[in-house]
Amino acid sequence: MMGWVPVGLLAVPLLGALALVLAPQALRPALRTYGLVLSGVTLALATLLVGTFDYGQAARQQFEVDIPWIPGLGLRFHLGVDGISLPLIALTALLTFLCFVYLSWGSARAPGQLMSARPRALVFTLLVLEVGMIGTFLALDLLLFFVFFEIVLIPMYFLIGIWGGEGRRAASIKFILYTLLGSVVMLLGLLLIWAQAGTLDIEALSAAHGSGMARSVQILAFVAIGIGLAVKTPMWPLHTWLPDAHTEAPTVGSVLLAGVLLKMGTYGFARIAIPILPEGAVAVAPWLGAFAVVGIVYGALACLAQRDLKRMIAYSSVGHMGFVLLGFATLTPAGINGALFANVAHGLITGLLFFLAGAVKERYHTADMPSLGGGMLATLPRLGSVLTYASIASLGLPGLAGFWGEMLALYGAYQPANGLPRGLFLAYMVIGGLGAVLTAAYFLVMLSRVTHGRPQRTVDLPTGAADDRLVRETPDLPSGAADDRLVRETPDERPVVSAKETTAVLEPPAADDIRTYELLAWTPLVALILLFGLWPGLLLSLTTPAVQTLLGALS
Amino acid sequence: MIQQIDYFVIAPPLVLAVVAGLVLLLDAFLPVRPHTKTLLGLTTLAGVVLSLGFVIAQMAGRGGQTFCVPTDKALCSFVADGFTLVFAGLVLVAAVVVILMSMTELAGGGIPVGEWYFLLLCTLVGAVTLPASRDLIMLVVALELVSLPVFALTALKRYDGRSSEAAVKLFVVSVVSTAIMLFGVSLLYGIAGTVYLSRLSAVFSGQIPAPGTALPDQGLPAVVTVGVVLVVAGFAFKIAAVPFHSWAADVYQGAPLPVAALLSVISKATGFAGLILILVTALAGQAATWTPIIAIISALTMTAGNLLAMRQRSAVRLLAWSSVAQSGYILAPLAIGTQAAIGASTAYLVIYAAMNLGAFAVVMLVSRTAPRNELDDYRGLVHRSRVAGVALAFCLVCLAGLPPGLAGLFAKVFVFREIVEGGTGWLALVMAVNTVIGLYYYAVWTARLFTPAAGMAPAVHRPPPAIWSAMGLAVAAAILFSIAPQLVLDVTALSTR
Repeated sequence: MMGWVPVGLLAVPLLGALALVLAPQALRPALRTYGLVLSGVTLALATLLVGTFDYGQAARQQFEVDIPWIPGLGLRFHLGVDGISLPLIALTALLTFLCFVYLSWGSARAPGQLMSARPRALVFTLLVLEVGMIGTFLALDLLLFFVFFEIVLIPMYFLIGIWGGEGRRAASIKFILYTLLGSVVMLLGLLLIWAQAGTLDIEALSAAHGSGMARSVQILAFVAIGIGLAVKTPMWPLHTWLPDAHTEAPTVGSVLLAGVLLKMGTYGFARIAIPILPEGAVAVAPWLGAFAVVGIVYGALACLAQRDLKRMIAYSSVGHMGFVLLGFATLTPAGINGALFANVAHGLITGLLFFLAGAVKERYHTADMPSLGGGMLATLPRLGSVLTYASIASLGLPGLAGFWGEMLALYGAYQPANGLPRGLFLAYMVIGGLGAVLTAAYFLVMLSRVTHGRPQRTVDLPTGAADDRLVRETPDLPSGAADDRLVRETPDERPVVSAKETTAVLEPPAADDIRTYELLAWTPLVALILLFGLWPGLLLSLTTPAVQTLLGALS
Repeated sequence: MIQQIDYFVIAPPLVLAVVAGLVLLLDAFLPVRPHTKTLLGLTTLAGVVLSLGFVIAQMAGRGGQTFCVPTDKALCSFVADGFTLVFAGLVLVAAVVVILMSMTELAGGGIPVGEWYFLLLCTLVGAVTLPASRDLIMLVVALELVSLPVFALTALKRYDGRSSEAAVKLFVVSVVSTAIMLFGVSLLYGIAGTVYLSRLSAVFSGQIPAPGTALPDQGLPAVVTVGVVLVVAGFAFKIAAVPFHSWAADVYQGAPLPVAALLSVISKATGFAGLILILVTALAGQAATWTPIIAIISALTMTAGNLLAMRQRSAVRLLAWSSVAQSGYILAPLAIGTQAAIGASTAYLVIYAAMNLGAFAVVMLVSRTAPRNELDDYRGLVHRSRVAGVALAFCLVCLAGLPPGLAGLFAKVFVFREIVEGGTGWLALVMAVNTVIGLYYYAVWTARLFTPAAGMAPAVHRPPPAIWSAMGLAVAAAILFSIAPQLVLDVTALSTR
């Protein structure tokens, strides 16, 4: 019963994307509403899922669909939802919908919006991306999981490679090669599990808690799967694709990349690696924890050194994902709950931050913080306030969503699971705490640079349609020589538009503060960040039973 | 002694041979009119389809065998079992695509039509006979029947120096490898005293004492190993495996495109069929000798193919090296040698045939307006010809093994599963690394299809309908295999029964 809802979640965007290919001319006039409606229907289905989910049995897989697909491989089309995947599915549907709202509300002709460059392809790409993302969270078969995990890569590659910034080509190739390399290693790990356990069914494998697999096999499989997931997460030192991809991706690409794609990596730990390979998890957890805390500190230090706003937020993701991984590494209910919470919170907060960074870049034509010149609270008060709000949420202010996950992860490290070296994890906790302080430091530095102070620079705020047209041409630059160079030093090379002497601080036109479509896209995120910050139990009550089941043998 | 011949069993190659003669006669006696070319093409096509019909009928009727030793009905030279029929079916379906491509190629003029189709059909006779062969002599004859007409086909573009060069290169490498193989075959015959594969199998697994050895009670002499290695080397040429891979790029580029497609699919499939027959049917007892050799050849082949493909600028050369790499993947499960592993190889081969032919069809389409056929000519193909661009993108993604090209992904999963279960973890690792290398060049090519064309890109103008049907057939098969890979598994399960 109700098995059609997960199928519908996949079918709606998939059929929508197919229709775009089959009847391009018929849909061309309605393209703006088309994407909006389809992602809206998907969101409605996800809401239905949230509404009808049996919260009393959050540990059990619900809405199950189980159909044989390739009997020769034992591959089944097995979908289901439990307390771990439900929030992520809802998050994915929400963020995709908000991306469409951002892209296509109003005239949708502003730079960075839907109609500015190749709209049909963009709608198609985003819909396919949504299929892959939701499918990853729904899949209950190892190979099916892998298929969805991979489906995501291609649209994201094109999203970065076609609608990205100046260094998009190098960034997109780096992105796809890194993640593919990880995926192939992960596939080997999955096949190893399959060869040993004889089934691909995640439910059955999780219930077995690794019985029937030797410890050495479990460790090997955990390392292989872990590498694949760690690339996607990303875990230090496999994160280097992330800053480039984020910097070059268009706003919606960054939002979905940070908001959902990174979650697919951490979700894999909770869904596959830890429950199926508990002994492997215990053996590898100290290493995972070590990489996680290095990631936290490294991400924070790297953020302190960044000049580019988008790049800084990208590095902050490395740090935040470090907390998530640390939570998983503790193998305690508290830690894993914290990790799952931080996962969702990071999706909301960093999604919002990338929306904001996109808005800033669009207005100032640069995301280079020194060139932004500060004083945003004076020139663009609303945008500045939301940026401040998102930043303090991200740095983990109690009362907002960013706090609980990191707190619980650190708490889990204080008392790790039996069989893990406690002293080591105490050290991780201290270093992680230090990282949290550094996180606060770089966000405050960023805010002091961008939102506070006196406006230093007559920003070339677009004052009307004339400027808009200028900007719209940028995405269509021929992919010539400029494309091929690496992007490390871009911020300095960018021409600072209107470098003339500033004499007076210009009052920006009121229309240029938060626009309607931006407001619509951001408000749900702002509200949810506050909601989960004030009422973390809402999410934790959902994940706790599921986490206890998945830990099974360990706790 | 009168031998009974079951004509129904040998109908597929027989039909092809008769049609080959018919085509030659028609070409000689029909008046030269514009429609003659099409007529000859359609005759060839009809012959292939008829032959395919016989294969399907045999599949329904559980095959049969003929050319048996009258005194011992177990020893037959021509057996139409599941294995034979799967390979024959694969070859004939691929042949339909190749013939449709040929009709486009021949429409340009300059190539003698009758000879072309005659040679093509001769190759097909060999390709259909080879998987049915169950003795060494028939195997060698069939293999030569596949190879010899291909030299001529390659050289038929007489006005093109590169074509002749390719033909000579193919000829020399082929002759050398045939000589090597014949030497190996003679050694095996000398020891076992029989040419029948089933008898060879009994001898080499120790069930029957080897008549060719001086001291039968001391086991088989070391020369068996030499024989095995030499025979493997001979087939390694056909599938362009590593020590014999160097001909691939030059020949693919020099030959007319339908011939390149034929080499990469039909000729390769027969090579694999022969290899499987020799190794698994005849030399199963010697598995300890050949499995490490095959594993190493497989690892080297995929690595060499992928590394060479990365540096290519020409589309055909890239496909040539990529098909060498794919040979390596197909070879990998043979190193395990179990029936299930052979099934994985066959399944990969079937899926590979669909996606590779699809890619060749689009390359052929583009070659009509961009004779140099470099990767840069594919810039923005999607915008110029949406169907061709998307079809090529799909085939490349399939070859790379990424969703949405699930066919390629599942093919790789079949192979991975067998080699992980078979215990050759290192080979799985080598294959994993190679898969990623492969992804690079396929992804770069695919991305080029979508980037806007810089400057004046040649337009795809009014291609003949034959090429569209060739492309449609191959791509439809690839899409079908992506949605329902179980079909391939069901079919290949027949071959191992």
